Amino acid sequence: MSHAKPLGPAELTLSTSAPAKPAGPAVTTARLANGLDIVVIPDHRAPVVTHMVWYRNGSADDPVGKSGIAHFLEHLMFKGTKDHPAGKFSELIADLGGQENAFTSNDYTAYFQRAAKEHLKVCMDYEADRMSNLVLTDEVVKPERDVVLEERRMRTDSDPADLLNEAVQAALFTRHPYGTPVIGWADDIEGLGRADALAYYERFYTPENAILIVAGDVDPAAVIDLATTVYGSIPARGAAPKRFRPREPDIHAHRLVTLADQKVEQPSYQTVFRVPSYRTAARGEAEALEVLAHFLGGGQASLLFKTLVIDKKIAVSAGAHYAGTALDDTRFYAYASPAPGVSLETLDSEIERIIAEVAKKGIEEADLARAKTRLVADAIYAQDSQVALAQWYGASLAAGLALTDIASWPERIEAVTAADVVKAARWLDRRCSVTGFLLPEQAAAA
Amino acid sequence: MTAHSKTETGEAATPSRAASVQTIVSPGGIGAWLVEDYAVPLVALEFALIGGAAQDPQGKPGVATLLAGLLDEGAGPYDSDAFHRALEEQAIELSFSADRDFLSGRMQTLARNKAQAFELLHLAVAEARLEADAFERVKSQIAAGLKRELNDPDHAASRALRGLSYPGHPYGAPLRGDLDTLPDLTRTDVFDMRAATFARDNLKIAVVGAIDAETLGKYLDEVFGALREEASLAPVADVVFSGAGTRHIVDLDVPQSTIRFGRQGIARSDKDLIPAMVVNHVLGGGVFSARLFKEVREKRGLAYSVYSRLIDEDHAAMLWGGTSTKNERAAESMQVIEAEIRNLSEAGPTEEELDKAKKYLIGSYALRFDTSTKIAGHLARLQAEGYGVDFLDERNRLIAGVTMEDAKRAAKRLFGDGSLLVAVVGRPVGM
Repeated sequence: MSHAKPLGPAELTLSTSAPAKPAGPAVTTARLANGLDIVVIPDHRAPVVTHMVWYRNGSADDPVGKSGIAHFLEHLMFKGTKDHPAGKFSELIADLGGQENAFTSNDYTAYFQRAAKEHLKVCMDYEADRMSNLVLTDEVVKPERDVVLEERRMRTDSDPADLLNEAVQAALFTRHPYGTPVIGWADDIEGLGRADALAYYERFYTPENAILIVAGDVDPAAVIDLATTVYGSIPARGAAPKRFRPREPDIHAHRLVTLADQKVEQPSYQTVFRVPSYRTAARGEAEALEVLAHFLGGGQASLLFKTLVIDKKIAVSAGAHYAGTALDDTRFYAYASPAPGVSLETLDSEIERIIAEVAKKGIEEADLARAKTRLVADAIYAQDSQVALAQWYGASLAAGLALTDIASWPERIEAVTAADVVKAARWLDRRCSVTGFLLPEQAAAA
Repeated sequence: MTAHSKTETGEAATPSRAASVQTIVSPGGIGAWLVEDYAVPLVALEFALIGGAAQDPQGKPGVATLLAGLLDEGAGPYDSDAFHRALEEQAIELSFSADRDFLSGRMQTLARNKAQAFELLHLAVAEARLEADAFERVKSQIAAGLKRELNDPDHAASRALRGLSYPGHPYGAPLRGDLDTLPDLTRTDVFDMRAATFARDNLKIAVVGAIDAETLGKYLDEVFGALREEASLAPVADVVFSGAGTRHIVDLDVPQSTIRFGRQGIARSDKDLIPAMVVNHVLGGGVFSARLFKEVREKRGLAYSVYSRLIDEDHAAMLWGGTSTKNERAAESMQVIEAEIRNLSEAGPTEEELDKAKKYLIGSYALRFDTSTKIAGHLARLQAEGYGVDFLDERNRLIAGVTMEDAKRAAKRLFGDGSLLVAVVGRPVGM
């Protein structure tokens, strides 16, 4: 079991489809007097419940020189309180057949339990307790820091592709903290200690900064009553913590980042553009970027796949992805793996040409309709999973969106026009982008 | 069709899971398990065709994976591109993959598009073109995937362990093929695999969602009715785990040693399988209280990930586990793991550990039944592994019935003298 899953740009190669986006379910919301936001999503198909607490702070809120603290604290949140000493809650939840975990991203940190519905109160008691009563000693902090360093070695330091992703992000965001890896730089992690963790905890782990999401076989009114009793007893701090993030300057230079390593047998290519997110975009712009990403690179019917893989046979895979759910300006990816004997330069110029053509010629109505149909269906598919729904609500709210933004998402996608897509394609400006080449060692020497 | 529900004394009266499953037979004689549910307007289907990579020809691993990869690359009147457009126009999800003992297909559709979804599934199952162009393309995609995995520590360690565990047996071969032999795979191999394994007598189907038995029966006949009656599978020998007590190091310039270990497991048909599941959970199951988690991660900070599993296949059974730890501490990690295994073999779990493991395994079963696709997948797998509908209720009763005597006996059998086959990728110090 892993109780830390940094969601990073590494995932771009795994999936070409947009995250699931729910629309329809009747959610109930509330805000407690201490500022805690509550969202209840009923799903009566199975007698289980998903209980999540999201904090509106992620790795992009790590203080300078303390990269990795958000993620490290996520680990330390399992070290117990006075009422729930280390391991006690984990044992309890396991006894109930429940599962628990947590994850950290750029913009949020979240904790969850899944269990039979009658155990909701147990989960709430614990989560509310560790929101303000965490106990940390050097005895538990130090071995856990070694665990995080092993996690970094496992996910990143042993994997040239992930090392390249880190370098690409660092090049794209020169000042904004999206350029820093979620897990942190190794040197910073080594310097993190108990005092850092507690200072960070004091600042961010407050009811005003938290969102409670309960999805499952529950009665919304009863959930809100229970939450009022359990979470309502946590004193308010007065105001939600502020996030201070430096603005990323506009950089007018294309940057090529190359990593050549003897462990690389299959080269790969990516280009990343800095684009507006759902929160920072002008009206309709993020939706157009979403449609554009699907049209360009969402699966095997997409333009990049068809052109590069099927028609020209210069790539074995290709796609695009828009990471739209973010507090600040975000990333749009185009990526491909070359066919044997094809250079990354060839892929690069071909992808540049395809994007330029979309920006000029636009999108056929049939392609636009197909992309929209597929995206909107995700909202219905998401209803099949209470976990997916809870995650979509949590990630959206933590990234500064409103519930109405989530509910209206399908109709806003439907409203995207061909002209909007052309306009969105202009964001994919090579002169401001970062390209990453992953190469075998000998190719770099040649 | 529906199963009885015997409630044990002292156990909460949980609703029968088996009772929610209809075992249906189509007019044309195709059987399926159906969970009818209209809460969400979706239909999910999963099927398994017994065969899988175990049927790959000797020296040609990867044929089953190649076949699975080709099923949606052009079928009936559609070429590959047209087929994918047809799927996307109605937002239909369709995918295929090969496992060791079966090839499986998954379909998910909005209920209103189910006619088109079943038609496209029919084309993929019965009329996939397997054309030369698509064949070369999918092969090159598999090759790219294999190259990507070649020096990935997790893949490299698992691959090494498999090969050493079952030398000369199809289970020891890489599931998705081998870079050296991939070029030798021909379209004839793929056609032969389909002819041998796509048959009604080794087909298992599970469906979940907004569809009734009568409607489903009609579609099942359309999709699967034209398959031949009987498969002609090559016999696969049962195989015993080999190599316990040996260590193998694959040199790779990385800061961490990725370790996989294994030894003989307990067969699916063995009466000690359930007790073995319970004692394995005590050792390295997916909870914070597992011994390996506590000793390796929590107390010593040796690793982020450490676990053990039981892997049961039709013709073999393995205890399998792993961890990743910095090169300097790899030897120490392995000592800790081996000590825990030996201790469990000799002393068995404590009463408390046994009780907690049973509670977790019983209680967490419900979490496998919360999405249509997960339910369909689980039900298809159960059928492919030879279980009946009753097992959906029987499983938790069997776990509840595991005594300390059972657990100790299973621990002794599973962990034995504690000797392990160990494969390490990295530059471990002192191993």
